[in-house]
Amino acid sequence: MTLKTPTRRGALGLLGAAAAALTLGAPAQAQVDFSGKTVEWIIPFGTGGGSDTWARFNAPFLSKHLPGNPTVVVVNEPGGGSTRGTNLFAQRARADGLTILGTSGSTQFPYLLGDPRVRYEYQDWSVVMVGPTGGVAYVSPSTGVESIDDVAKLQGQRLVYASQGATSLDLVPMLAFRLLGLDVNYVFGFGGRGDGRLAFERGETNIDYQTSSAFINNVTPLVEAGTAIPLMSWGVLDEDGNPQRDPTFPDLPILEEVYEMVHGEAPSGPMYEAYKAFNTAGFAAQKMVVLPAGASEELVETYRQAWRDVFADPDYQATFVAALGSYEQVTDRAAEALFAAGTNIDPDVRAMVVEMLAEEYNVRLGD
Amino acid sequence: MIDVFLSALSNILTLQHMGYMMIGVIVGLMIGVFPGLGGIAGLSLMIPFLYGMDTTMALAMLIGLVAVIPTSDTFASVLMGIPGSSASQATVLDGFPMAKKGEAARALSAAFFASLVGGLIGAVVLTGFVLVARPVILAFSSAELFMLSVFGLSMVGVLAGKSLVKGVAACALGLIIGSVGGAPATGEFRMVFGVDYLYDGIPLIIIGLGLFAVPEIVDLLRRDRAISERATLGAGWFQGIRDVARNWWLTLRCSGIGALIGAIPGLGGTVVDWIAYGHAVQTVKNDPKFGQGDVRGVIAPESANNAKEGGGLLPTLLFGIPGGGAMAVFLGGMVLLGIQPGPSMVGSNLDLTYTIVWSLALANVLGAGLCIALAIPISKLTLIPFKLLAPFMIVVICFAAFQATRTLDDLIVLLATGVLGVYMRRFGWPRPALLIGFVLATQAETYLYQAVQFYGWEFLTRTGVMIIMGITAGSIWLGLRARVSEASPAEVLAVEARDTATGPAANIRARAPQIAFAALALAFFGVGIHDALQQSFLGQVFPLIMACAGAFFTALVLAFLVLGKPNHAVASDTEHEAQAEGVALRSTLGALAWVAALVALTAIAGFVIALVTFFVAFLKLRAQASWLMTLILTAGCTGFVLTLASALNMRFPGGVLQDLYRLPWPFS
Repeated sequence: MTLKTPTRRGALGLLGAAAAALTLGAPAQAQVDFSGKTVEWIIPFGTGGGSDTWARFNAPFLSKHLPGNPTVVVVNEPGGGSTRGTNLFAQRARADGLTILGTSGSTQFPYLLGDPRVRYEYQDWSVVMVGPTGGVAYVSPSTGVESIDDVAKLQGQRLVYASQGATSLDLVPMLAFRLLGLDVNYVFGFGGRGDGRLAFERGETNIDYQTSSAFINNVTPLVEAGTAIPLMSWGVLDEDGNPQRDPTFPDLPILEEVYEMVHGEAPSGPMYEAYKAFNTAGFAAQKMVVLPAGASEELVETYRQAWRDVFADPDYQATFVAALGSYEQVTDRAAEALFAAGTNIDPDVRAMVVEMLAEEYNVRLGD
Repeated sequence: MIDVFLSALSNILTLQHMGYMMIGVIVGLMIGVFPGLGGIAGLSLMIPFLYGMDTTMALAMLIGLVAVIPTSDTFASVLMGIPGSSASQATVLDGFPMAKKGEAARALSAAFFASLVGGLIGAVVLTGFVLVARPVILAFSSAELFMLSVFGLSMVGVLAGKSLVKGVAACALGLIIGSVGGAPATGEFRMVFGVDYLYDGIPLIIIGLGLFAVPEIVDLLRRDRAISERATLGAGWFQGIRDVARNWWLTLRCSGIGALIGAIPGLGGTVVDWIAYGHAVQTVKNDPKFGQGDVRGVIAPESANNAKEGGGLLPTLLFGIPGGGAMAVFLGGMVLLGIQPGPSMVGSNLDLTYTIVWSLALANVLGAGLCIALAIPISKLTLIPFKLLAPFMIVVICFAAFQATRTLDDLIVLLATGVLGVYMRRFGWPRPALLIGFVLATQAETYLYQAVQFYGWEFLTRTGVMIIMGITAGSIWLGLRARVSEASPAEVLAVEARDTATGPAANIRARAPQIAFAALALAFFGVGIHDALQQSFLGQVFPLIMACAGAFFTALVLAFLVLGKPNHAVASDTEHEAQAEGVALRSTLGALAWVAALVALTAIAGFVIALVTFFVAFLKLRAQASWLMTLILTAGCTGFVLTLASALNMRFPGGVLQDLYRLPWPFS
């Protein structure tokens, strides 16, 4: 894992230059042809999960818009919290465009945290597409909170949260709650956010978060029934990497706003930096499609063009909201900005998070 | 509601819908027959066809697939002793002995008919409860789930075999093996020894194959005959249907158990079959022969595992939480179709819910009908000399094993658990007890920790917990009365082969292999205790207590072995009994060596090259088949595996050769 700033900046500069060259002149028209070939899309997760469904939804569109209409097959390589399949890709994949990787927040997190099982380096790869998602935190009315204006009431209360583990995507709410000065007791060992929501509905926990589509389908009825009070969303990043309200939940404030309500100033400091890095890696840049190390400019452009065409495909537009939610998948500069923000972390911030995890939650990354 | 219910039926009864459902059923049947492949592999095949399909037709197809898998996976369990999936592990216990007795067709048709009844009851439960199930599902908190895990563990009492002490020790062994990997409370890694593979824990399918399939293959290879002892199939499929009819009350009860447990998210479908089997053992009074080919031991788990799918759809549809592996896949399919499960499934999408109900019921009928029709021709496999069947079975279990994580490690761990299974079988350590411990280890630990976190120790006084506790106490009491033994009557009555001398020295002489095995188990518990002591409090408390308990009971076993009288219940060694029966047996290690050979060849040259080499070597050297026969069988098996792999976009585990050179598919 490269954490030396010069290298990273160098890599980013190169990517930026490449992007600039492409947008300016688009020098070489894509001459790659995949006729009769099979593109293997490695998904380091099992069948049936979020990443698998995401890839399987996208695969036929990608096949339709890549030159030569190759067969695009999703190859599941689960294990080690997605590090196994990703390591395999890093080690084996050739830069011929016939092997691509789809990552998720759970692939980014161990990389950012320096998990010893990680033997891949994001900065070696070229990003061709990023699929964002969002999330919403909510509390039980038993906390006395009736709307976000009562957020101050949460302080000093003993809140309970059902977590999948301190190094899972739940790290994002964990950091957010910490920034707001909430005293949250994390109960671990939940199999997924769905199980966590069940614990909330049973009244075992009083604070929870769900990704956007789960929130809309399963928490909105609770909100209507008055048994859940939405607090805030994780927001989205604009093209310059600034946090904005989530267009799916325009009425909900984002953490930055709530922080100001609570503390009277805009958030800053290493804890906020940590939140930003993991929030981006976990949500705004949750799903990424990358080409292996050494992919030529031409190949990268071929893939980006394919995604541009996919996004313009009326069939895609007609179906993607129902299957994936209302977050637009992006390529080109927007994808690069998200990629950079979601795969880089200041070494000091990282050290702080690792230390916090070790001290408070017994997480030992090096074993 | 009724009109929605009926209009859903009229929707589904069109030719097109039935056609798509039939596709789902047939694909599910073909996939399910193959051990290790199930809903997950089926979905991968179906996905490309889901695009642009009408929602209700696509649902019919997916349900057809999901519903038939717990029916068709019975073939492998009954005919070959290979657990077809985690849902039909208990079926092996009596189904395979029936096949050995030449009653394969009867066992299969009883199983399929029971599956049919179970599937229909699952659909009825889904229909009746879908509107009111929400509060019921919410009533099962971590506290109740913990108690249910304890209830599952109490089945060890029933499945312990001749010696309860050994049963408890074996269960503890399973609990420790099951706690390998990340600790639920803290995420710290236990007993991983720096091996990447162990970080995720050992996959259930590998434990199941290693404990049940490998020992049977080894045993049959040593006996060198066909699976069936008789040359004809005897009582046919009509008998099996009569068996179910005669035991209708048991079938209904087990279906109910299956639907209920399937509906509780978090317990998972993996214990349903064991609980149903245990229930049958506890309640059947009329001449029980469980473990030696009692048809009721087939009916119970098979009715339960089909009913489980109907129950499992409740949390899947209402909360978007999959009740098990196949349901996770179904959920993925629904999302691709643009249906988001949740409360809307009993509101604006009620018509879809009822489409699912009807599809489930019809698919069960279609699936069971097809399977019953196939039962007789397929059960003829049990008449083939085993040495011709063995290479297929060894390849099949290896192929099934590496469905777990698609690495060579899967095969190595399969071999290791296989060796464990062979010796557990030989020394009368009950393998089902280990499996139950393994399955419930994580659940028991997680839910106990969560219950204490949420409710404190007062969780024990919750009404639901007290009720389940009462049921558990009853089950233990019943279990102590009716214990099932894997040992045949001959084995139970066998007189220990030994000289007349008594006392520890003579015991050690006569029982040296058993004592060595128990000592190894004790050493394993020692490793478990040592490892647990390295963890933080929350990470160590559960495995530490279990390892200490296991060490204590294993020490008891050792003490009985060394100090016990001749023919003590703890002493058991099938080698002695075989000697007493005068059956000539080939060597155990020789049979194991064949399995090891395939694994080793895979490590060197990758699976496909290894498969071909292994087949030719086995058929020529061991089975002494003609070149023509060798050629046909090798080509057949290779072709089959390659077809399957290409249909499922599957990669084979590679070996040293693949690390050094890039080879084209299928050698890559």
